[in-house]
Amino acid sequence: MYKILRKQTLNEQVKLMEIEAPLIAKKAKAGQFIILRVHENGERIPLTISDYDAAKGTITIIFQEVGKTTMLLGTLEEGDSLQDFVGPLGKASHFPEDIKKAAIIGGGLGTAIAYPQAKELHRLGVEVTSIAGFRNKDLVLLEKELHEVSDKVIITTDDGSNGNKGFVTDALKNEIESGENFDLVIAIGPLIMMKFVSQLTKQYGIKTIVSMNSIMIDGTGMCGGCRVTVAGETKFACVDGPDFDGHEVDFDQAMRRQGMYKEPESEACNLFKGVE
Amino acid sequence: MPNMQKEKTKMPEQEPKVRARNFEEVALGYTEEMAINEANRCLQCKHQPCVKGCPVMIQIPDFIALIAQGKHIEAYEKIRETNGLPAICGRVCPQEEQCEMLCVRGIKDEPVAIGRLERYCADYAIAAGVEPLTCKCTLGKKAAIIGSGPAGLTCAADLAKEGVDVTIFEAFHTPGGVLKYGIPEFRLPKSLVQKEIDSLVDMGVKIETNMVMGKILDIDDLKEMGFETIFIGTGAGLPSFMNIPGENYNGVYSSNEFLTRINLMKGYKYPEYDTPVIRHKKVAVVGGGNVAMDAARCAMRLGAEQVYIIYRRSETEMPARNEEIEHAKEEGIEFNLLMNPVEILGSEQGDVTGIRVIRMELGEPDASGRRRPVPIKGSEFDIELDAVVVAIGQSPNPLMREATPDLKTHSWGGIIVDEETGATSIEGVYAGGDSVSGAATVILAMGAGKAAAKAMLEYMTKE
Ligand SMILES: Cc1cc2nc3c(=O)[nH]c(=O)nc-3n(C[C@H](O)[C@H](O)[C@H](O)COP(=O)(O)OP(=O)(O)OC[C@H]3O[C@@H](n4cnc5c(N)ncnc54)[C@H](O)[C@@H]3O)c2cc1C
Ligand SMILES: Cc1cc2nc3c(=O)[nH]c(=O)nc-3n(C[C@H](O)[C@H](O)[C@H](O)COP(=O)(O)OP(=O)(O)OC[C@H]3O[C@@H](n4cnc5c(N)ncnc54)[C@H](O)[C@@H]3O)c2cc1C
Ligand code: SF4
Ligand code: FES
Repeated sequence: MYKILRKQTLNEQVKLMEIEAPLIAKKAKAGQFIILRVHENGERIPLTISDYDAAKGTITIIFQEVGKTTMLLGTLEEGDSLQDFVGPLGKASHFPEDIKKAAIIGGGLGTAIAYPQAKELHRLGVEVTSIAGFRNKDLVLLEKELHEVSDKVIITTDDGSNGNKGFVTDALKNEIESGENFDLVIAIGPLIMMKFVSQLTKQYGIKTIVSMNSIMIDGTGMCGGCRVTVAGETKFACVDGPDFDGHEVDFDQAMRRQGMYKEPESEACNLFKGVE
Repeated sequence: MPNMQKEKTKMPEQEPKVRARNFEEVALGYTEEMAINEANRCLQCKHQPCVKGCPVMIQIPDFIALIAQGKHIEAYEKIRETNGLPAICGRVCPQEEQCEMLCVRGIKDEPVAIGRLERYCADYAIAAGVEPLTCKCTLGKKAAIIGSGPAGLTCAADLAKEGVDVTIFEAFHTPGGVLKYGIPEFRLPKSLVQKEIDSLVDMGVKIETNMVMGKILDIDDLKEMGFETIFIGTGAGLPSFMNIPGENYNGVYSSNEFLTRINLMKGYKYPEYDTPVIRHKKVAVVGGGNVAMDAARCAMRLGAEQVYIIYRRSETEMPARNEEIEHAKEEGIEFNLLMNPVEILGSEQGDVTGIRVIRMELGEPDASGRRRPVPIKGSEFDIELDAVVVAIGQSPNPLMREATPDLKTHSWGGIIVDEETGATSIEGVYAGGDSVSGAATVILAMGAGKAAAKAMLEYMTKE
């Protein structure tokens, strides 16, 4: 059993948990993920390793309550345990050599997924600009943490409630046009956001890495459910990714595939809320 | 005087119409009277040809004689001398190509129903609560097993019997491999698989689940942890696709995804279990093996109105067990033979709407000895569907191989081993089952696990 050592509410939908998992903590690297099951009859869901502490033997996850499993997970408290916790899965982020300046773009919850990458690049001595976008100022995540690992932080909100209205793509475009020479852009968030960031950076010829959050079951390359088309070839997000070249990904197909279980998902969600 | 009844004693089954809509076991098993009647059909041949057909050399006439005398527990013990998973093998082994193919009774009439008798005494003994074999891990040697399918379980059991301290590492949250995630409940009840696994645990074998080896631990880590020998039984889990247009539409599954959702994650019991499975109306399953039959029969049980098997050769070439083909037909699965998919059709929204197939004819035999299917030009036509399950084969999972550069493998992914011992290119590391052979059978995986256990024991005890 995998014990919850720390729980923190980051905003009304997003929670952080530090989980006891010493073996995984020993091997984890930025860009990898775990798969968990909350209880015996539960679904296997993937979550990014948001932070890891090999000495303490812990893995930090940050998750948004969007459906039955994440809501159920959110009801657990410190001292409770998870049924299963598997990892570290996926390939660790691999950054091209000679990167001097990078922009890390996080969309909503994607900010939490992008954070370990910002941290890793910062550790490697890369100049990091973090751009994170949220719907409104109450949803802003990890602002302090981003400042610690970035040379510049730009937080945008869709409604302008933090005084900086706009989308992350606008902010990124601004930076580029005002003369910032990024060698690398990492974009993590909703598929539609990653699609538009990739379209933008393609115009400027800036290498762009995105993280594909396909629907997964095993996370070991066995089910093929997580397949994405990259440069015309079928890849499995769990073992070939989750990071891919944003200029090569077929986002439209990925968006269609992500909606595949919409109906049963919302049914499960309603059943769960009904029980509450 | 043996019973000269020409046909195998029939085994009671659920009515096809009824069972096609539930996940309960199809074949119900012999009663004691039926088992004894069938056991009496055995001639007790001196030269025992049937035994040669059994990859783990079960003493077939001996156990059958015990059943004939009503000594069912003793019969089970007799089987267990060489086979640790009789309740499973009795259900899923391709007996018609193995022991029963060589049975002397089979020359003129139907062979003795060896598989059904094996199942009978295993079920009898399990229901009676037989004592597990005991082991005390007294040898002072540690072995690690990677993967808990039939290959890994058998290797573990044979080592534990000899006093080795065995730990199994399994990637999934539950042990059993294909027995748990692939073969459906109606053919192999999961509680039964679990019972066989529990008896290993009773013997002292430790099972660590949620351990994706090659990611969380690698061979060097295991050696550092004091495991003197390591057995890799990671199976053939990597699904093949057809590489035709439309394969990523919503509603196209690999057989692994489809069967894992249903069997391992109990999707058919959704929402009691959280993992959803979509209940499609018209489903095509591409392939002709056991996996294809299982996927088709699962689709039917989920409530499909029409389920097709699409296979590019004729029924004679189908690799599935005869019994499964018969059962599938009885349940109303339609066989579209000599047909090959060329494209999957979909809607604007990306959902499957159909499949375009081309008719095939059989040409000259190919390397596999089966007649090669050749497309008939211009014979394409479309079938309306809302789901396609691709069951055209699996290859070994790349995780261990990627994490272990010294491990020699074939270009198609299979681990290269010494055939007799299962020894790999790394000292102290052995492998067997589907990870070596590619997708094969439960009993062959078990045979490989046994052979490796023997070699591992020799390796650990040699001076
Ligand atoms: C490699 C990877 C890393 C991820 N990391 C994180 C993370 O760090 N934090 C986090 O909150 N989420 C992360 N996700 C997404 C997370 O897995 C899903 O939010 C979760 O599976 C939803 O489960 P549920 O039962 O609560 O909701 P469901 O009821 O299953 O789904 C609700 C809605 O969420 C969306 N959804 C479903 N499954 C996924 C999925 N696998 N990925 C993205 N969206 C999905 C769908 O649009 C769906 O309609 C990650 C996904 C992947 C593949
Ligand atoms: C649907 C289906 C129906 C079948 N029907 C029949 C039948 O009727 N009769 C028959 O004889 N055969 C049948 N087979 C074939 C048979 O099941 C296999 O040949 C057999 O299970 C192979 O055994 P194995 O131990 O080599 O591998 P598997 O049973 O595949 O077990 C491998 C195990 O290793 C685990 N694993 C993989 N990678 C790792 C890793 N990196 N770290 C840790 N663990 C790992 C897997 O999760 C799995 O549990 C069927 C197969 C399928 C898929
Ligand atoms: S070959 Fe057939 S008849 Fe002869 S011993 Fe074996 S099972 Fe009995
Ligand atoms: S999650 Fe099953 S293959 Fe990637």
